[in-house]
Amino acid sequence: MVAYIVRRLIMGVFLLVVVSMITFTIFFLVPRLGGATPDSLASRYVGNKATPEQVHTAAVKLGFYDPVPVQYGRWAKAIIVGADYDYGPGVEHCPAPCFGYSFQKSSPVWPDLLDRARVTFSLAIGAAVIWVFFGVSTGIISALRRGSFFDRASMSVALAGVSLPIFFTGLIALVTFSYGHPFRITAPGGTYDDFTKNPALWAYDLILPWITLAFLFAAAYARLTRAGMLETMNEDFVRTARAKGLAERTVVVKHGLRAAITPIVTIFGLDLGLLLGGAVLTETTFGLPGLGKYAVDAVSNQDLPQVMGVTMFSSSFIVLANIVVDLFYAVVDPRVRVA
Amino acid sequence: MAHPFLEVRDLRILFSTDDGLVRAVDPVSFSLERRQTLGIVGESGSGKSVTSLGILGLHNRRNAQVSGEIWLDGMEIVNAGPEEVRALRGKKMAMIFQDPLSAMHPFYTVGSQIIEAYRVHNRVSKAAARRHAIDMLGRVGIPQPERRIDDYPHQFSGGMRQRAMIAMALSCDPELLIADEPTTALDVTVQAQILDLMRGLQEEFGSALIIITHDLGVVAELADDILVMYAGKGVEYGSARSVFEQPEHPYTWGLLGSMPRLDRTRTDRLVPITGTPPSLITLPSGCAFHPRCAYANRTNGLSYTVVPDLVGASDGHRVRCHLTPGQRREAWENDVRPKLESLV
Repeated sequence: MVAYIVRRLIMGVFLLVVVSMITFTIFFLVPRLGGATPDSLASRYVGNKATPEQVHTAAVKLGFYDPVPVQYGRWAKAIIVGADYDYGPGVEHCPAPCFGYSFQKSSPVWPDLLDRARVTFSLAIGAAVIWVFFGVSTGIISALRRGSFFDRASMSVALAGVSLPIFFTGLIALVTFSYGHPFRITAPGGTYDDFTKNPALWAYDLILPWITLAFLFAAAYARLTRAGMLETMNEDFVRTARAKGLAERTVVVKHGLRAAITPIVTIFGLDLGLLLGGAVLTETTFGLPGLGKYAVDAVSNQDLPQVMGVTMFSSSFIVLANIVVDLFYAVVDPRVRVA
Repeated sequence: MAHPFLEVRDLRILFSTDDGLVRAVDPVSFSLERRQTLGIVGESGSGKSVTSLGILGLHNRRNAQVSGEIWLDGMEIVNAGPEEVRALRGKKMAMIFQDPLSAMHPFYTVGSQIIEAYRVHNRVSKAAARRHAIDMLGRVGIPQPERRIDDYPHQFSGGMRQRAMIAMALSCDPELLIADEPTTALDVTVQAQILDLMRGLQEEFGSALIIITHDLGVVAELADDILVMYAGKGVEYGSARSVFEQPEHPYTWGLLGSMPRLDRTRTDRLVPITGTPPSLITLPSGCAFHPRCAYANRTNGLSYTVVPDLVGASDGHRVRCHLTPGQRREAWENDVRPKLESLV
């Protein structure tokens, strides 16, 4: 088991290295294919007023004339030992782990990422609690009362939830509960207050994004849970559980749900891993300063160090989520443990 | 009048489905005393499993219509509330299922599933329940039970799993044990061991046993009484001795003829019953067996139009057939028996 975990972690690190190489190559080659020279890249770093000579000096000092592998090596080294960027007018220090330095904002990328991650984590985990609770419980009740009014109504709502994009439901929610509501019962978006400072305000800011995001996922989870429960409740071992004289609640939860939960846990791990790397649409719709918004801004500003940083950050969560899900399989299903 | 320990009277279980009303059990009656064994025999779809599930209240309650009476130790079950029946399940009556692999939860250890069955009905500590489970596993012949208790079902062999199922069913010392095709999914060599085990445990625990099977050999091994079911109806019911020595129903004759026997020589052929079991939604008119019966033309057309009643044939032996006792005796002695014996 320990050997398995170590092997998976090594594979994960290897995967991240490959991801970083591909991302690095894309973001450093594509501008050149579009006609950008090392000098024009450096001009973003030294400002508009610099002379062409100054720009060229900066480009040489920043290593933009070096081959891509050398530049990649320098980028990777900075993550471990930090880096100093000498761009001519001065030297900027970027302590380890240095995931690049944004000259546009004059700040290292890593602290920004950590700061933004707080927003995204708050959003993702809050929403996850809501969608797992409502999605799974709706799915169970629907399966047990198959064909009932509750089943048909909730599955119709779930179909809408799966189909409607977040910028649609999000805007409708904002108009209904914030802008258009006489008492503006939720925040109008665009604000985030840290949990440690004011938990009430934190929840007030996030409640609408939570519900909107959770609606999308709860719908999928309700359908998934319903399908799984319909299958397992017909299994022989559920009949055995009833034959023991167990209470129906125990039969449903301990025997039925326990067997149906594996695919739900899998999807949940992957969904959460994806969201922790940034909920782009939700954060943009509600103006939340999270990783997703950071990524969108970085791309539209063509701030390459930021793009690299946020890509690596997000992909780490996806890789990690995959490993955790695989390990969880072994915990959930003893038949996997032996194999 | 004192009731027998278990008495089933005119039990009918009908299911309404999209395709129509399925007359799964329609009707069946029998009784059983403690320490006695009843064998219920019939083809797939004859209603024998539904009968047993109905006794435990495990039939699908959503679309089932149940009528008749089931008396278990003086208590009527059909009209009892689901909660009252649940309290009896596992404690007073328990069940062993056909396929022990799918009947055990794959994600829990064998031990925890037995412990769970014991603790539903007994307020004991986990440690005490665990000791009981180890004891039960030992009694059903699982070697090193204190180690195997923490294994998962997939780590057991088929025969071991069925032993564990039996341990689970017997953990609360039930007075009625129903075994639904307990050996069908097992190797032939293991089948005999399991039957031996069940016979031994029945003597030890003093419970009443219903064994459901399509295998007359199993019934011959274990049963005191035999109930033959066809298309949801009990068609022949009597002591094992009288049913084997003087079977009265043409369907039972067919079952006997199609029973594989080790003492047959290789050139002998089995005599299968022609045709297939009828749909339980659109039953044939009259006697449901008439399309497959070689003697239906001897009853002046009664077999085609009138559903036969269950009538007494000899002492305690009842049969649902329009043939007169004389015709049955004549057919059995001259027609069926010589063929069966020529096979020996």
